[in-house]
Amino acid sequence: MSDLKELFREKAELVAAKVTDIKSMDEAFAYAAKYVAEKNPCELLIPSSPDAPQPEFLEEKIMAAPELSDDQYAALAKECEAKGVKLIKSGMRDLMAGIDAGFTICDAGFVETGSIVQQSNGEELRLATMVSEAHIAVLPVSKIFEDSIAAEKLLLELMSGVAYTAVITGPSRTADIERTLAIGAHGPLELHILLLED
Amino acid sequence: MHNAENLKEYREDMQEALDNEFLRKSMDAFAVGYRENRAKAFADINETELIKKIADCKDYAVKNNAALLQQFTEEAEKRGVKVHLAKDAEEANALIAKIAKDNDVKKIIKSKSMTSEETLLNHYLEDEKFNVIETDLGEWIIQMRHEGPSHMVMPAIHLSRYQVQDLFSERVGEKLDSDPVKLTKVARRELRRDFADADMGISGANFCVAENGHIGIATNEGNARLTTTAPRVHVAIAGIDKLVPKLTDALTALKALPRNATGQALTSYVTWIGGANECAIGEDNKKEMHIIFLDNGRSKIAEDEMFSQIFRCVRCGACANVCPVYRLVGGHQMGHIYIGAIGLILTYFYHGEEKAKNLVHNCINCGACKSICAGGIDLPGLIKELRARLNEDNGMPMETNLLGKVLKNRKLFHSLLRFGKWAQTPVKKGPYLRHLPLMFMKDQGFRSFPSIADKPFRDRFKEIKPMVHNPSHRVALFSGCVQDFVYPEQMEAAVKVMARHNVAIDFPMDQSCCGLPVQMMGEKQATIDVAKQNVDAFEGTNCDYIVTLCASCASHLKEAYAELLEGDRKYKEKVKRFSAKIIDFSSYAHDVLGVSTEDFNKSSEKVAYHASCHLCRELKVVDQPRNLIDMAGEYAPSAEEDVCCGFGGTFTVKFPELSSTLLDKKLTNIEATGAKRLVADCPGCLLHLRGGSNVRENGMKVTHIAELLAENLK
Repeated sequence: MSDLKELFREKAELVAAKVTDIKSMDEAFAYAAKYVAEKNPCELLIPSSPDAPQPEFLEEKIMAAPELSDDQYAALAKECEAKGVKLIKSGMRDLMAGIDAGFTICDAGFVETGSIVQQSNGEELRLATMVSEAHIAVLPVSKIFEDSIAAEKLLLELMSGVAYTAVITGPSRTADIERTLAIGAHGPLELHILLLED
Repeated sequence: MHNAENLKEYREDMQEALDNEFLRKSMDAFAVGYRENRAKAFADINETELIKKIADCKDYAVKNNAALLQQFTEEAEKRGVKVHLAKDAEEANALIAKIAKDNDVKKIIKSKSMTSEETLLNHYLEDEKFNVIETDLGEWIIQMRHEGPSHMVMPAIHLSRYQVQDLFSERVGEKLDSDPVKLTKVARRELRRDFADADMGISGANFCVAENGHIGIATNEGNARLTTTAPRVHVAIAGIDKLVPKLTDALTALKALPRNATGQALTSYVTWIGGANECAIGEDNKKEMHIIFLDNGRSKIAEDEMFSQIFRCVRCGACANVCPVYRLVGGHQMGHIYIGAIGLILTYFYHGEEKAKNLVHNCINCGACKSICAGGIDLPGLIKELRARLNEDNGMPMETNLLGKVLKNRKLFHSLLRFGKWAQTPVKKGPYLRHLPLMFMKDQGFRSFPSIADKPFRDRFKEIKPMVHNPSHRVALFSGCVQDFVYPEQMEAAVKVMARHNVAIDFPMDQSCCGLPVQMMGEKQATIDVAKQNVDAFEGTNCDYIVTLCASCASHLKEAYAELLEGDRKYKEKVKRFSAKIIDFSSYAHDVLGVSTEDFNKSSEKVAYHASCHLCRELKVVDQPRNLIDMAGEYAPSAEEDVCCGFGGTFTVKFPELSSTLLDKKLTNIEATGAKRLVADCPGCLLHLRGGSNVRENGMKVTHIAELLAENLK
């Protein structure tokens, strides 16, 4: 298993994901709150008013964690509060201009490509991982698969009803101008993967 | 978009592209960089096996398309999706406009979809007064410039950062920096509001999975996720060829698609959408979701035994990435809407004969696309077949017809070649023709043409035929017309090498041109007739191998003959025997004769090599010639050794501008090695390389590899 973990780390880092080991969810919460507190302010991509100065920044630090259990949410909220970060779990449609971070727990990871899988049936979760500047995702090591084919059964389960399933490999990117790599086209500028030993 | 009325206009358009220095430089860098990235991406993958799997799955999907569509529809409807089937572009566009009207839509955002480019959806919706905004960075750029894509994956690859800088500066009303990273940020900012307040999102789909009614979309930017999430209505448009039976089929194809497209193991996002998902601003908190399947001629092509393989295409764009012609002229000249080798073919089927008639000639038949196609499509073979179909529909151009007639009659053909020897006397200058006969002369001055030899090989053979008792095996030589009548010395050199190994050699006199030139011109009947003639000519010879010194002949005799004569009961078995015996000279000398360093006085001459397309890709002969060179001389590797020299038979006559540019690149790379000797395995390439070297006066001795070996025999 640790082999898979190390290989996963290697492949994920190749596509510019930031990979960190953690031993518990509490550690993940502390990591996320600290990171958001210390990061540069989030740039608002929609002006708050027609004559607002550009660039314009979010006045407070905001992290969204839409689908945590109540206990997890409370624990993360506590960390955030201590760092002066506002934690939310809904209302993403009012924040399309951007937030600092989205916090999620993944359903799977693929070694082959360093990808994470995120069932995103809920709209809040989807938007949180799209309009945030950083996506912070916890990946339990037990959910790392060799590749997508090895995870086929799980993927089919995730897709069993009305579903929206995201396979995410590094941050958003483009090379449409002179084939020069630019990170952060329309999605997150950073992808943090927290590898949780479980 | 391709709008040239005739070949002359098309050539003018291409000259313009050739003169575009930015395009040339950028395409060169791309071609070289892509090759390395792709090789890295496939390093841990069994490519042949993967391509076979994709081809098999897609072939199955084409045959069972109706059932898959039904299964998909049932699964998607269960999940609250409305599924439509549009018979053509007009119907698809009208359906989408109606959905927009029914839902009171004003603003529409789009993520990248080649299918919507095919139907010219944006024009339609704009005419219906909808505000349509492309959100893929490249698509957004070309939308603002009112252009079509120049690559299926990188639609704005023809533009420089400065052109984008000007465009974006004008849009935001201030002078912006030209840094692509900063310009990308501008798009991020400019488009976010559109994501937030659009009423409808239109996406394409890379895969439509029948078993669970899901569509899969691969993107890097994340725009497809926003397009399919933020607005209250989502319409996906996909060709019916995007249907696959199972999720695992899509996952398998996804292993090749991004690797082949950009050298990435996977795109940043692969989004799987199954049904009308939660949407806070939708009715009942649900998205209004529609999927439009487009036929537009696809179900008819699916019944075409030969062309149904085009549905293996996963739209990776790799056939453009490796195409030497695309590299010279870019996507706007190498396709109409779909780009690259597959684009030439799809243009014929989706946009009609008129748009395709010039494009289909612009394939040099080098096989680079075929060798990397994710679906293993025989792209050059299909393009040749298209030429034949266009000829059938429109009548043959006179010169094609004439050549076809002449070739069918070997005696007439050979008499004409013999006559050519006398006719050329006043214009001959040493081994080159000083001026070409008028009808061939136009724009061909970049390379000297060889003159016809005084005595063809067929008349010399008797004198040099080795006397052998108890031969180790028997060989029959196939010379092809160029070596028979223009370069008989190449054949003589080969005989000299073989004669040392106790081999019985024969030269059947009834052999003629292999037929590839007429096939390239789309003359199908003549192609078949000469094939039969050659098979018959060798049927009587009691030989173990048929050796040819021409890579193009070899690949045509070995690969194409069986296909051409497959349907002919009388020839079916004969051609199998014939093709099985065909071997190219380098493989024969290396693998069968087993020549070694012992056979040669290794000279210190530096020798460069040109890997002929039909040898290295069609016949996959790679190491043998290089090993042979190193036995007889000092092999000097050059850059892009396996890129086409620009000859391409009839291609060089039709498109001299492109042919000469490719030749210049090739010779520049060769000259950079410092070698003054260049060898290759194909008389067509040699004719081109030698003629070009003569004009450049680079002092290069250009010969067949057999001549190098014969010179240095102990």
